[in-house]
Amino acid sequence: MEKNKFDIITIGGSAGSIGVALILLKSLPEHFQIPIVLIIHRMKNITSQLNKLLAKELGIKEVVEPEDKEPIRAGIIYLAAQNYHLLVEQGNTFSLDYSEPVNFSRPSIDVSFESIARVYKHKTLAILLSGANKDGAAGLGRVIGEGGTAIVQSPETAEYPAMPKAAIDINPSVLIQSPEQTVHYLLNQITT
Amino acid sequence: MDENNSIHIKELDEILQMLLHRYGYDFSNYTKASLLRRVNRFAKETDSATAYDLKYKLLNSEPIFQLFLQEVTVNVTELFRDPAYYKSLREKVLPVLASYPIIKIWHAGCSTGEEVFSMCIMLHEAGLLKRARIYATDINPANLEKARSGIIPLAHMKEYTTNYLKSGGKNDFADYYSARYDHAIINEELRSQVIFSQHNLVSDNVFNEFQFISCRNVMIYFDKQLQDRVLQLFYDSLSSLGFLTLGLKETLLFSVVKDKFNNIHKTTKIYRRKD
Ligand SMILES: C[S@@+](CC[C@H](N)C(=O)[O-])C[C@H]1O[C@@H](n2cnc3c(N)ncnc32)[C@H](O)[C@@H]1O
Repeated sequence: MEKNKFDIITIGGSAGSIGVALILLKSLPEHFQIPIVLIIHRMKNITSQLNKLLAKELGIKEVVEPEDKEPIRAGIIYLAAQNYHLLVEQGNTFSLDYSEPVNFSRPSIDVSFESIARVYKHKTLAILLSGANKDGAAGLGRVIGEGGTAIVQSPETAEYPAMPKAAIDINPSVLIQSPEQTVHYLLNQITT
Repeated sequence: MDENNSIHIKELDEILQMLLHRYGYDFSNYTKASLLRRVNRFAKETDSATAYDLKYKLLNSEPIFQLFLQEVTVNVTELFRDPAYYKSLREKVLPVLASYPIIKIWHAGCSTGEEVFSMCIMLHEAGLLKRARIYATDINPANLEKARSGIIPLAHMKEYTTNYLKSGGKNDFADYYSARYDHAIINEELRSQVIFSQHNLVSDNVFNEFQFISCRNVMIYFDKQLQDRVLQLFYDSLSSLGFLTLGLKETLLFSVVKDKFNNIHKTTKIYRRKD
């Protein structure tokens, strides 16, 4: 068994991202050995049941909305709860933050990406998907700055290209990939 | 652009040490990820380019420290926030509290009072307000001053009214406040049983015994060690079979007191002392 290049994968998305996130998650090997953290802006009409919906689509027991101080465990898919920012602490626990929205978003992808990068450094893989705002761009900058890897969904494959575009604009060194390319990338990097 | 790069964790620790010595506030057990964000935001707002700049300003100006306190204590709050929580208070907690001749309540980390006013309204509707003695505390004097005035911004009143109705409220919400220009004042009678005072959960101790303690969205800013201290403090401040309520994403599951409480309503985080 070879070692994972990454210790955590985090995926940020907004409008038009849920379908793509599902494609990526479905492609993961059954017993992947790292935690996966989803930060997805929820449209007002898709309310609190998103974790159940994702679990059902993926055919797994649960997608966990972490609570404060919950230990981060490998092999679990986490989804940031509505109305809180999701952060990670040194020592690998989650913590929550109920401060004002950032760029009109709570959870904010920037806040989570930055805090994950600060703890997991070069072992971070962050993936930014479709969306109609600019969240995630600064966060990816931080991931790269800490030596981690940043992937952005190619704007032409995104239902809403604004978010990927904003991230590409300020981060010249991101990998720009179609969902299929990212699936391929993940299969090469994630071992079980 | 990357605002988090100006102040690093080591520099943060030095600033916190200085604040403890200079002002007596100890933030060393606040969660680092969140605190680092707040402090960097504050550095930006005060045009402090380096940690040294910021430290210098904080050391030499008490008014700047007060603003700093305002920033790091995250004061966001709402009337009837999380209607489901208030609904289960109505159904599961108030009927029990009704059996006490004097009902003692503590809101720890009450911010500008919205949570307290919501409780007052519910106690009033249950006919319990006159028997209630409500202590509402916070670390931040500016919050307490606002809370004492009973004034809340009018901007979100529509949302608050919806929250109230969702929580099972049956009255005309507008009867509980009077609107003036851009703000509303909660009726004085509703606030008559409340005492607002300063209490720091980091350093202050038990000051009374309560049948109900609410501490919502406050301990998420504390590390595990400080959470455990505060939870022990709450346990010691509760009378037997007393209630403790937390924010929706908080839990006793990872704490030292987890075996001392029953979770009587899982999703709304209402706990009750076992003994
Ligand atoms: C996000 S607000 C929560 C307000 C309210 N409980 C709610 O849920 O809507 C957090 C509050 O905790 C207070 N706080 C932070 N540290 C504290 C401490 N050490 N002792 C007491 N209060 C504290 C802050 O001043 C702030 O008002």
